Amino acid sequence: MSNGPLIEVRGLSKTYKMGDVDVHALRGVDLTVQRGEFIAIVGPSGSGKSTLFYILGGLAQASAGSVVVDGRDFAQMSDTERTRIRRELVGFVFQKYNLLPTLSAADNIGMAQFIAGQERKTDDWFRKTLDLLGVGHRLHHKPRSLSGGEQQRVAIARAIVNHPALLLADEPTGNLDTENAEVVLKLLRDLNERLQQTILMITHNPEAAAYAHRIVHMRDGRIVHP
Amino acid sequence: MRDYALINKLVIENLKHRWVRTLLSAAAVGTQATMILTIVGLSYGTLDDMASRSRGAGADIMVRPPNSSIIGLSGAPIPQKVLDYVRTLPNVDIATGTTIYSIGGANSVTGVDLEAFSQMSGGFRYLEGGPFRNPDDVIIDDYWARQNGLRVGSKMSFMNREWNVAGIVEPGKLSRIFLPIGILQDLSANTGRLTSIFIKLKKGTDVQSSVKSVRESLPGYQVYSVEEYASLISINNVPGLKAFIYVVIGISVVVGFLVVFLSMYTAVLERTREIGILKSLGATPAFILGVLIRETTVLALIGSAAGIGLSYVTRWAIMTYVPGSLTQSIVPSWWPVAILVSLVGSLLGALYPGYKAARQDAIEALAYE
Ligand SMILES: Nc1ncnc2c1ncn2[C@@H]1O[C@H](COP(=O)(O)OP(=O)(O)OP(=O)(O)O)[C@@H](O)[C@H]1O
Ligand SMILES: [Mg+2]
Repeated sequence: MSNGPLIEVRGLSKTYKMGDVDVHALRGVDLTVQRGEFIAIVGPSGSGKSTLFYILGGLAQASAGSVVVDGRDFAQMSDTERTRIRRELVGFVFQKYNLLPTLSAADNIGMAQFIAGQERKTDDWFRKTLDLLGVGHRLHHKPRSLSGGEQQRVAIARAIVNHPALLLADEPTGNLDTENAEVVLKLLRDLNERLQQTILMITHNPEAAAYAHRIVHMRDGRIVHP
Repeated sequence: MRDYALINKLVIENLKHRWVRTLLSAAAVGTQATMILTIVGLSYGTLDDMASRSRGAGADIMVRPPNSSIIGLSGAPIPQKVLDYVRTLPNVDIATGTTIYSIGGANSVTGVDLEAFSQMSGGFRYLEGGPFRNPDDVIIDDYWARQNGLRVGSKMSFMNREWNVAGIVEPGKLSRIFLPIGILQDLSANTGRLTSIFIKLKKGTDVQSSVKSVRESLPGYQVYSVEEYASLISINNVPGLKAFIYVVIGISVVVGFLVVFLSMYTAVLERTREIGILKSLGATPAFILGVLIRETTVLALIGSAAGIGLSYVTRWAIMTYVPGSLTQSIVPSWWPVAILVSLVGSLLGALYPGYKAARQDAIEALAYE
């Protein structure tokens, strides 16, 4: 692991091609994230927040600009290497539809461990976390018999089970009531403080954003300073 | 040791999740396996049955016309005087001739000299009725009777005539339908001519050396020991049969390919999101392809197991409804072939969908709804 910033993004743009139409989702993003930072990303719908996450996590390729994660330049990497970075470094929580529908909650979490090449153990900490998230007793259920909020919390558990250096959480509290939202936010803050995990969290909620060290605003595919 | 049980669980749950599609695909793959096993079973069964009926004549040596093929003999080119001559050869205990007349399909009528034939073969075992009494009498075996719903006194028609069933005998002696040889010869315009000659040797005579000496006495004729002849009745000696089986195998591979292609292609299309999730967890293209290949393998194995099971059903149907015309064996030595054919067709069919899944853009599925 190098000692510079965990993420360094310069002039990043992303254009989706929809047939003849070009959708400019990102139009020159510059962003530096230090190791151990907890950042909230806010901005109107369609401003490119999720797209930025996909690129940071190596799920999508930039159209232009450079993305350096943990000292490694994504543009110079093969698909295989990006996949490896994702497996070793990144935990994702998506905006919605996070779980594999044919597997139970427990097996969804197990799959993340399996793919990362981890033992399928649930240590005390993790078991407590599951209880804290209020899904400890729902683990043998399949996603369709879980509520949206429960699915979201299982997805959060899955994203953190391997202790990723970088956690990308896209509206992790979007489906949650205030009480559960608070549990999740406290958990994220705890992970950040105790384990120095770097966390980027997209949210529309100012109270949630207040948990972060720093708030990044996005609009029309750019980072803006209000 | 990584916990591959979880992958297997994912595979099984995926198959269960769309169980109608799974069952239909497996059934289609299975039908291909059944097709192969039935064709092969019919070939083996019918030929084995022919071989064992040849042995059932009780002869040691068989004389067949020059240039005749092993299977599918018809016409009666051997003059009666050859039989008379054979009777004079040393060590011959009984010699008798038969005339075979094809009545369509694989079915034929055999004309026998009932007295000599009975002596040679140990005699018919009558399940019903008895020997010929009138000129329009016919003897049939039990299979033929069952296939055609015939009893003693029933009427049968072939060769533009009506026949009266005089006796129903136990199967296994040369033919399924018997007429007195003289009547069949006259009707088929083969008066005094034979299709083949059967020889029973005197007790204790060496068969091989007798075959040699009969061969020398009858230049041009095909002389076999009955054992040798029975062993020659095999798939290899039926012109075109092997090629036919290969064609069926080829068709099976193609159909298996198409069915699984379609099935896996739709599976991949409807699973874009799941594939995206797996990729977000760091799954490699090889991992995604591996899941699909496992699914396909399970599908093909379920299919071939069903196919093997179904071949018992086709055998039951054949032995119940057309035992007189066809015999189907269960041939376990061909099961691996059927399984392999199902696997090859299915895996070929999974190749492109698997490639598509592995290459699929993860965010396309995740970003949009
Ligand atoms: N796969 C895609 N193909 C084409 N256009 C896309 C795709 N994904 C996103 N877009 C477009 O790119 C722009 C940015 O989308 P993105 O999902 O990043 O926004 P967002 O900030 O996450 O919005 P929200 O708050 O609603 O989640 C939008 O105009 C969107 O329609
Ligand atoms: Mg979004």
